[in-house]
Order: sequence, then C-alpha cells, then structure tokens
Amino acid sequence: MLRRLRVVLLGDPRADRVVPPTGFTAHLTLFTSGAMAFLAVFALALSLATGRLADRWGSELARSATVRISAPPGQVEAQTEAAIRVLQTTPGIGSVRALDEAEERALLEPWFGSDLPLDSLPIPQLIDVIETGDGYDSEGLRLRLKAEAPGAVLDDHTRWRAPLVRAAERLRMLGLVSIALIGLATAAMITLAAQAALAANAQVIRVLRLVGARDVYIARAFVRRFTLRALTGGAIGALLGTGAIALLPRASDEGGFLTGLGFQGWHWLWPLAIPLLAAVVAFAATRIAALRSLKGLM
Amino acid sequence: MIELVDVSYSYGGGALLSGVNLVLTPGSFYFLTGPSGAGKTTLLKLCYADLMPTTGRIDLFGQDGHAMDRDQIARLRRRIGVVHQDCQFLDHLPLSENLLLPLKVAGRDTDAEAVNLAELLDWVGLAAQTNSHPPELSGGERQRAALARAVIMDPDVIIADEPTGNVDWDMSLRLLTLLVELNKLGKTILIATHDLNLIRAAKAQVSARVLRIRNREVQLAAVDL
Repeated sequence: MLRRLRVVLLGDPRADRVVPPTGFTAHLTLFTSGAMAFLAVFALALSLATGRLADRWGSELARSATVRISAPPGQVEAQTEAAIRVLQTTPGIGSVRALDEAEERALLEPWFGSDLPLDSLPIPQLIDVIETGDGYDSEGLRLRLKAEAPGAVLDDHTRWRAPLVRAAERLRMLGLVSIALIGLATAAMITLAAQAALAANAQVIRVLRLVGARDVYIARAFVRRFTLRALTGGAIGALLGTGAIALLPRASDEGGFLTGLGFQGWHWLWPLAIPLLAAVVAFAATRIAALRSLKGLM
Repeated sequence: MIELVDVSYSYGGGALLSGVNLVLTPGSFYFLTGPSGAGKTTLLKLCYADLMPTTGRIDLFGQDGHAMDRDQIARLRRRIGVVHQDCQFLDHLPLSENLLLPLKVAGRDTDAEAVNLAELLDWVGLAAQTNSHPPELSGGERQRAALARAVIMDPDVIIADEPTGNVDWDMSLRLLTLLVELNKLGKTILIATHDLNLIRAAKAQVSARVLRIRNREVQLAAVDL
C-alpha cells in the first residue's frame, strides 16, 4: 500500500494529462477532505483530552482516600487519634492528615455559605489519606479501624470514581469512533466523486483501452489526482482545525474539562497525521472505485 | 495470428454472427464487406478482443481469447492497431501527444521516440499539425492521425472500420495507399468497408481477399465484385 501510495504521489505527472482537468469533482474532493480534516482535529482533541481526564481521575483518585469519624462529641478526638495511629501503621499508606476546622469550613462553604456555625453542628472529622504506589488492603484496614475507632468510616472513592473514569473512557472511545466515521464518510464522498469523474471521462477511457492501456494505468491517473486533492484539502482543514484548537482558552481549574479540550506536548503533532490519513483514504477509495468501474466496462 | 473457429455472436436474443470461421494470416490483406448492420463492426471487435464470442473459439496470437484476463487483452491491443470511422482522440491533448499515447500507456520512453514521431507525421502528411488539437483537424486529417496512432507501436495487425467513411475519394485513395504501404512492410490488414470502388482500387495495388458477411456467415467473395 505504501509503495503504491509513493508511486501515486511521486509518479509521472505527464501520465495525469491523459485525463482532462475536471471542475466540480476537484472542488468537491478538496472541500470534503478539508471539512472532514477540520472535524477530525476536534474529534482527535476530544479523544486525547478525555483520555488525559480518564488517566488523571483514575490515578489521582485511586491514590487518595478519606476516613470519616462520626462519634459522640466527647470521643471524636480520641477516635481520630486512634484512627491516625492505625493508618500510620498500615502498609501502603504514605501520609495521613486530619483536616482542621478551616479546611472543613472551606469544603462546606460552597453549599452552606461562610457563616456556618461549625461548633453547633455535628460535623464529622475528616482524615485525608494518601496511598503509596503499592496501595493498601482496604478490607483489612476497615476491620482494624472498626476495632480501634468504631466511629471511623473508610471511603476509598471506589463508588463514585469508577463511573467517572468509565464516562471519560467512553468519551475517548466516542472521539475515536468519530474519527473512524469521518474517515468512512470521506471515503464515501470521494468514491462518489471518483465515479462521477470516471463517468464524465468515458470517452477518454475508451480511447485509452483502445490503445492498450491496462486498468491499473487508467485508474492511476484518477487515483493520483484524487489522492493529491485529499492531501491538500486535508492539510488545509487540519491547519485550520489546529489553529482553532490553539485559540481555545487555556486549561484552568476554574474551567475544568472544557478548557482542557486541546493538545498538550507532543500531542500537537497528531494533527499532522490527518492529511496523510485523508490521502490514504482517498487513495484506497478511488482505486477501488476506479478498478470496479473499469471492470464493469468490456 | 488471429483465428475464429465456429464463432457465433448474439446481441440480446438474436444471433448477429453464426458459425464464423476465419484465419488472418501474417502479411495478408483483407476487406470485409456487407450491408449495414450485417455485423462487420462486431466481427472486427471480436478480432481485437473488444467483444468475446457467445460461442466458438477465438485465438489471438496463439492465446485463447476466452482465457485472457484484462491485462492480457490490454497487452494484446498493443499488437493490433485499430482505426475507427469516428476516430476518437483525447481532445485536450495536442496531436503529437495523442499519437504517442500507445507508447505512453505501454511504459515506453516517449522522449526517445521523437524522431519516429516526426517521421510518422511526415508519412501521413500531418507534420504541420503536430501541435494542433484533434478538434482542429479535418475529417481526412483525423483519419490519417488515427492511422498514425495505430501504427506507432509497430503492430502486427491493423484493423480499420470504415476508415474512408467520412472522407472524399482523393483522401480515400491516399489512406488506401498508406495501408497498402503498411501491408508491403508485412503488416496484416483487415478493413471493413462497403465502398466497392475502394476495394477495386486496392486490388489494383495489392493481392487482397474480400470477405463478405451474408446470412450471419462470413464467405469469401468472388473476385469480380
């Protein structure tokens, strides 16, 4: 395939001249591949961004846990100390820290406002737990906490982490499926354009066959033309799409996911693959369409 | 060289040719005649594998026509020069490129053939029209250009379908002279025509056999037409 593609791209341009320059199919192919490349850049950006999100959610949340102490007012402090001792002696736990009053107030502030009287409310004490890379035995820890601090409840985020990661991974898959659909739609449109070009050049094909041209020779003149148009259109579309992505607001905590919809680091090179992909799709679609059409002619 | 054995050809339901036996031997000169619609063009198309017989066998340069794939047929056409009454060219290309087309599709170096092309154009009297485009040529010039294109690959056989149908008598004689010259160079010539005067003129210059399609069969016609 690559060898054939190379022949198509670098082949004898004079051989192209056997097919007269065409009008609307040229513009159609250029526009289609350009528009599809533009969309593909966004689908790619979405896929990569959701991939990063899934990885981050997966790794960051997987490494943290929370222990909640819900005990009668007189026992909170003792149970907190007991729970911290248990946590500090548990293999797989890197650090343990009880949240102070200000931190707990900050956590509740978005929902209850800044005037919340924490003293008069039975707010549980929270302990922030960070794992080491190896992780810990959560069931064993729960049993030990139950023995040493009966009011301690371990929340390792599993319940709500899994659906978030799953959603992000599905979004990534949707991005990839979108790219595949864009590729197929491009192939379909280029096939139609190629068939229109073949039909419009029926006399040229008759003459070429009369003088001994093989199907491959005739097809090549069309394939080369459509491949180069798709490459050009794809390059323009990818350039515009990448420019649009670059102009999106930069990633920030406030913006969350939406402002992170872009490329990072070497991922900016990915859009370069889109014009090449468009050329490969056009090459295959035109070649198949041309050879099939020519086979239909005696 | 080209042999048809008990060949029939049907369009739709009706048989156009039936039980045709024909052998084109190297260096021979044939006319094919018959009324309009008798099947002359169909027979010619069978001879250069543009059609395949409905029944019967066709041997083209020792190969069974039915067993040939599309690439083999394309290569076979390089050994058979074809001239049609409505000569078809690539109108967007100049005459020189049209004549070089058979070499180009065969992958030959067309730059190296410049001298041959000049000689060929001179032979058919079109040296001044090298850079003209086909729509700018007259009927006679187009016929001669088609003949030049048919012979540029130095084919073994030249098949012409009513080559003088659109030209005056003087041009017909000129074309005939070119075909006779080719025959004297050893080429096999098969011409479909209903112009009996052309056949008579040819017989004065060359030993030509006349085939006639009658009742769907091909017969050798009498000497005195």
